[in-house]
Amino acid sequence: MASTETTGTAGTTASAEDGAAPGGPAKDGLGGLEAGLDALETSATDRTPLRRTLVDKVLPPVVAVAVVLLVWQALISLKVVDDPSKLPSPADVGDEFKDAWLEGRLLGYIWTSVSRGLLGFLFALAIGTPLGLLVARVKFVRAAIGPILSGLQSLPSVAWVPPAVIWLGLNNSMMYAVILLGAVPSIANGLVSGIDQVPPLFLRAGRTMGATGWRGAWHIVMPAALPGYLAGLKQGWAFSWRSLMAAEIIASSPDLGIGLGALLENGRNASSMSMVFEAIILILFVGIAIDLLIFSPLERRVLRGRGLLVKG
Amino acid sequence: MATTILKAEGAASVEYAARIEHVSKSFAGPAGQQLVLDDITLDVAPGEFVTLLGASGCGKSTLLNLVAGLDRPTAGGITTDGRPSLMFQEHALFPWLTAGKNIELALKLRGVPKNERRGRAGELLELVRLTGSYGKRVHELSGGMRQRVALARALAQDSRLLLMDEPFAALDAITRDVLHDELTRIWAETGVSVLFVTHNVREAVRLAQRVVLLSSRPGRVAREWRVDIPQPRRIEDAPVAELSLEITEVLRGEIRRHGQH
Repeated sequence: MASTETTGTAGTTASAEDGAAPGGPAKDGLGGLEAGLDALETSATDRTPLRRTLVDKVLPPVVAVAVVLLVWQALISLKVVDDPSKLPSPADVGDEFKDAWLEGRLLGYIWTSVSRGLLGFLFALAIGTPLGLLVARVKFVRAAIGPILSGLQSLPSVAWVPPAVIWLGLNNSMMYAVILLGAVPSIANGLVSGIDQVPPLFLRAGRTMGATGWRGAWHIVMPAALPGYLAGLKQGWAFSWRSLMAAEIIASSPDLGIGLGALLENGRNASSMSMVFEAIILILFVGIAIDLLIFSPLERRVLRGRGLLVKG
Repeated sequence: MATTILKAEGAASVEYAARIEHVSKSFAGPAGQQLVLDDITLDVAPGEFVTLLGASGCGKSTLLNLVAGLDRPTAGGITTDGRPSLMFQEHALFPWLTAGKNIELALKLRGVPKNERRGRAGELLELVRLTGSYGKRVHELSGGMRQRVALARALAQDSRLLLMDEPFAALDAITRDVLHDELTRIWAETGVSVLFVTHNVREAVRLAQRVVLLSSRPGRVAREWRVDIPQPRRIEDAPVAELSLEITEVLRGEIRRHGQH
């Protein structure tokens, strides 16, 4: 393979260019060499077209829902389950939705619960964030309450409903208390693990640039911890919603208005299985919708910006 | 022109960019206090390019951390002309910012007013020949481009002394070669002093005006060479190879001593 050594050394060697043209946009010599390397080593990433997104992301869940509905209808039509008080038909549940909509109750149910859930979540955010910062940065606080905070995450928040009712009575404050106890540990823990996972290199780089103390926390630590924090928020919302539903089911009272949990409880009391189904579907729908509309896009944006989201 | 804002003008008041005097550093190890650096004395003159060369365990990165002010020496003193900037083997660019914004953050942290930052970041990107990459995210850049942005960010701190901790060690040979040329050019244009740590003998000789060899465990200044080969040099040049060979022999001798027990 020695035959390849024919071309001479007269090519565009960088040495001839060195130091000659200061910062000039020379496209030959070193500048051209560098531009070539840059072009070779970077690949353009373009956005996936809309049609592709529809086929890849929207179609599969639609098919899944359709299959569930089909199986459900088949169970009724083939008389596998005969008792409408055990399993109502999809049409019965559909009528339940239609009536609630026409009588203007449907949005009321949703709004009662969603407004409670989101407001409670915002409180949890306002408490969980400084708490997480404190646990992450202050050794004494971490040793004191770090393990308790992690432990609380595994405590089902239903357990807080009885004491909350006794302390605060049957009112909205009790609902918020249960949401807080469910969501604050998740949010705080998310922030703590986000901060713990900040690469030490970023902190060193920040310090040499003069980002220490609060400037370091603001410019380096917080943005670096953002993915972990967002994961905590997402989980915090799931916990908020679950806690709220538990509270609404157990502690229903006319003063509280009818939310989705109360709707479920009312359905049980009235032995109306289609109302129970209506409530369960709505609870599921709201939980998924909030995640899809708020948290998933936020998380995707952050991860994509950092090149952490690998396209399948 | 980018060069005018970057030239360390008025630096003549100090006769050194860094002065390291009798510096020792020990860490608490499993066998008690372990001496990592032993009585290092070294000056870097304004505008000088010095490479610190040594095998693993010579404490060259530790010394760089001390000069950067990230750690304190156990004994001795270090004075620098202003706060030095530091470049790492990993680019250490912040992935939540674009290339341009990374540079602007460095400008912001040293108090450059908001309306000047964008322009200066543009000039610095031009200096490292990445004019079109202002809005690029870190993950969209190649390894060589990342290190050039990191260099631009380090220069944005407007330090008189640039500390480099094996900044090209993780790059492929072709890119590294190009970045050697690039660094030599930028050093000449800006007049910044450079203290460059490496374990690559040829890289040390290719770049530096002075090569300082550290012995290992503990790190001591073993020998110094003045490199009088005129720039621009290439790593394949005969004089570079010749001096590299000589230094390598001394370095191997230093390493051999550790095998004799």
